[in-house]
Formats: sequence, structure tokens, C-alpha cells
Amino acid sequence: MSEGLSAWQLIASGDAALISIVRLSLTITLAAVAVAAVVGLPLGALLALTRFPGRSALVVLINGFMGLPPVVVGLTVYLLLSRSGPLGEFGLLFTPAAMVIAQALLVLPIIAALTRQTIEDLWREYRDELTAMGVGPTGRVATLLWDSRFSLITALLAGFGRAAAEVGTVMIVGGNIEGFTRTMTTTIALETSKGDLPLAMGLGAVLIGLILAINAAAWGLRLWSEQRVA
Amino acid sequence: MMRAALTDLPLILDRVSLSAGPTTMLDRLNLAITPGAPTLVLGPNGAGKTSLLRVCMGLAAPSAGTVNWGGRTDRGLGRRAMLLQKPVMLRRSVAANVAYALAQAGCPRHHRTARTEELLDRVGLLGLAARPARRLSGGEQQRVALARALAREPEILLLDEPTASLDPAATRHVEEIILMASQSGAKIVMASHDLGQVRRLAGDVVFLVRGRLCEHASVGDFFDRPSSVEAAAFIHGELVL
Repeated sequence: MSEGLSAWQLIASGDAALISIVRLSLTITLAAVAVAAVVGLPLGALLALTRFPGRSALVVLINGFMGLPPVVVGLTVYLLLSRSGPLGEFGLLFTPAAMVIAQALLVLPIIAALTRQTIEDLWREYRDELTAMGVGPTGRVATLLWDSRFSLITALLAGFGRAAAEVGTVMIVGGNIEGFTRTMTTTIALETSKGDLPLAMGLGAVLIGLILAINAAAWGLRLWSEQRVA
Repeated sequence: MMRAALTDLPLILDRVSLSAGPTTMLDRLNLAITPGAPTLVLGPNGAGKTSLLRVCMGLAAPSAGTVNWGGRTDRGLGRRAMLLQKPVMLRRSVAANVAYALAQAGCPRHHRTARTEELLDRVGLLGLAARPARRLSGGEQQRVALARALAREPEILLLDEPTASLDPAATRHVEEIILMASQSGAKIVMASHDLGQVRRLAGDVVFLVRGRLCEHASVGDFFDRPSSVEAAAFIHGELVL
């Protein structure tokens, strides 16, 4: 019980080590979602608007990759970044950068697949109108992305949820080094195996609280902007 | 700009057919659209009015035959604009919808605000400029779409039953805008199944039945001396299937 109190006290008193863990988790997750969005949104839109041989296979592949096992992604990135791997010379393994790369790979299929579906549906509605207005290919992608922005926020949130809750990948490529690559999820895993269940549960509560807060903010933003334009 | 030098008229359809699977929408249609008073496309539901306009706009490629815009056969957009039967509002404000069409038509950025206001004023929607376009009523959306079409300063303006779901006051308003566009030089090609509207607006009438061109005549001849049984029946309000 006393340990339980100390865990909550850590949170309440704004313990420096705890805050740095929370901050690192958030930074890595947001960076990974940002990277995945920059690649995934245009990729999904392009996939929705183009027809080429093998497109169906690619769509199935990306849809399937939404369920990529995190440890496999972790292992793959680990092999790529390890000293003897093809990208070993950059010395990224066991750094936050490696964690961002791995999580971005994990989130990318989610964002790309949901974007493709959303844009494809909207394109069906917009096709004649945009063609009649003489909108070119680049303009189409931009217009469809912008006009489905409210639905795409949900895609980004799905990606965020996956990255924030994920532990296997960041453990493998980050190494769970205290003060450097230790995140909320890896700390929870570690503390649980050490038997410090109250601290693990306290961190778990913080993690869930953060995810809820970000979703609430996104939902509020959606309501607010829909009232203005939708 | 290059575009100004090109012309889309005359618009000539040479044995144009349009089909999807077993369904034939247009059947070996020959038609010449020339500058002048509005051409009204008339016919029962499913006669191919929408298909004809889509082919004229270049939205659909004919399955057989050729479409020729002022000597060119590529479907690339010239100075054509089309008002779809069910216009789709972009998820933006009314003004942004019109500004978007202006931008696509190549209107320079610093002219857009003024041109947007001018167009919204022309369709009587200046007061609703800041409203989300998708929240407007059907008649108002129709006028936003009309403003967007006019933003292209079209040489040919294709309209697919623009007043089908409007009340008489809104219909008159839309017809006035169309007549104004016609008087300032745009060639109007408009689908309708309202005979009163045809009498009010048309210079010539294209009458379609089951994807075939049944009759193409001046509006006077069409009503006074229809040359086909179908047209005569249609004019007298009988059911033409």
C-alpha cells in the first residue's frame, strides 16, 4: 500500500524521471505518427486515385499490414540498424530515432489503408464535379485530402493509438535504456516483471489518460470545425 | 492565354454511341451544336439526356463514334462548363466553392475575391458567402454550382435539368441567370423535361427517345410541326416510353 501511495505521489509531485519518461513516450509517438502521415496520406490518396497492374495486391498487402506483429517490425528494424546491418553505420540502434522509425513503419499501413478507403469513397462523389472543373491529378489529391480532413483525423488517431500502446517494437530497437529510451510502456513491462505493480499501474493510468485526452481534443476539434464548414 | 484562342464550337457528334455492359445509353447519335440561342435537350426519363450532356462535356468517352470540339477530338477541357443534375458541394464555404472553381479556371489570385463576389451577386447568394455550402438548400446549392460553372467563363454551358427540383420562384431566378449567360455569348445546352421551360428558353430542341435522336428542330417547328409520332405525343402530354 505504501508503495502504491509512492507511485501516485510520484505522479502528483511531478517527479523528474517520470516526467521525462512521459515526455519521451509522447515525443516518439507523435514523431512516428507525423512521419507516417507525411508518407501515408499521399500514398493512400494516390492508391485511391490510380489504377495499375498489381494495385489490388498492393491494397490487400497494405490492409493486411495494419495487423503487423510489432515484434516482427521491431526485429526487422533491429536487423537493419544493427552494427552489421545495411544501415548500421548511422549508429541509430538503441536511440529514440530508431524507435521513431520502427513505430512509423507500424503506423504507416494503418494511415495509408484508412486514407485510401476514405479518399476512394469521396472520389466517387467528387469525380464528375472535379473533372468538369478541370482539376488535374495533383489538385485532386490535395482537394480530396483537404475535404476528407475530418475523417482522416480518425485515421491519424488510430495510428496514434497503436503507437502509444505499443511495447514490443520500442523494447527491441530502443533497448529500454533508463533516461534515454525508456518509455511508459517499456517501464510498465519492466516494473511488472520486477513486481512493482503499483508503479506499473500508476503509469498505465497516466498512459490511458493521455490517450483519452488526445482523442477528446481531436473530437472537440472535429465538432468545432464541422460546425464551421461541413 | 492559349485557351482563349481555342474554341469548342461547333460541337459535332458523329455516330456517337455510349453503352455500359448490355445497356445502351446513346445509340448512333449525329448532332451539331452551333453558336446561337439555347439548345434544349428534351425527352422522357432514361432517354439519354444526361449521357448526351456528359459526352458533350467530355466526362464520358463514347463507346463508338467521335466527338469533335471546334476541330479537336481530345477530351481535354476547353472552355466548357457543366452543371450536374445533383451538384456536389465541396466541404467548404459558399465563397470558397466559387473561389476554388475560379482558381481551377486560371483566375489569378488577386482577382479571385472580387470575381467571387461578382459571381455570388449574379446568382443572388452574396448574403450566404460565408455559410458552409453543404448546409444550403437544394435550390441554393444549384445556384452555387451555377456560379462555379460561370467561373469558367464557358463558351459552352451544359446544364442537366437545373430546375428539376426547384419551386417556380427559384426556377425563374435560375432561368434568368441562364438567359443572362446566353446573352453574354455562352452557348447553352440544357436538359429539361418541362415543356414550358423549353418554350421560354429554347432556340432549338433536341428530342431523344431511348438513346436515339428522334428530332432536332427549331423550337417553333418542334411544337407546331413535330415530325415524329413520339414528339407529337410528348408535346401533348402523353406518356412516351
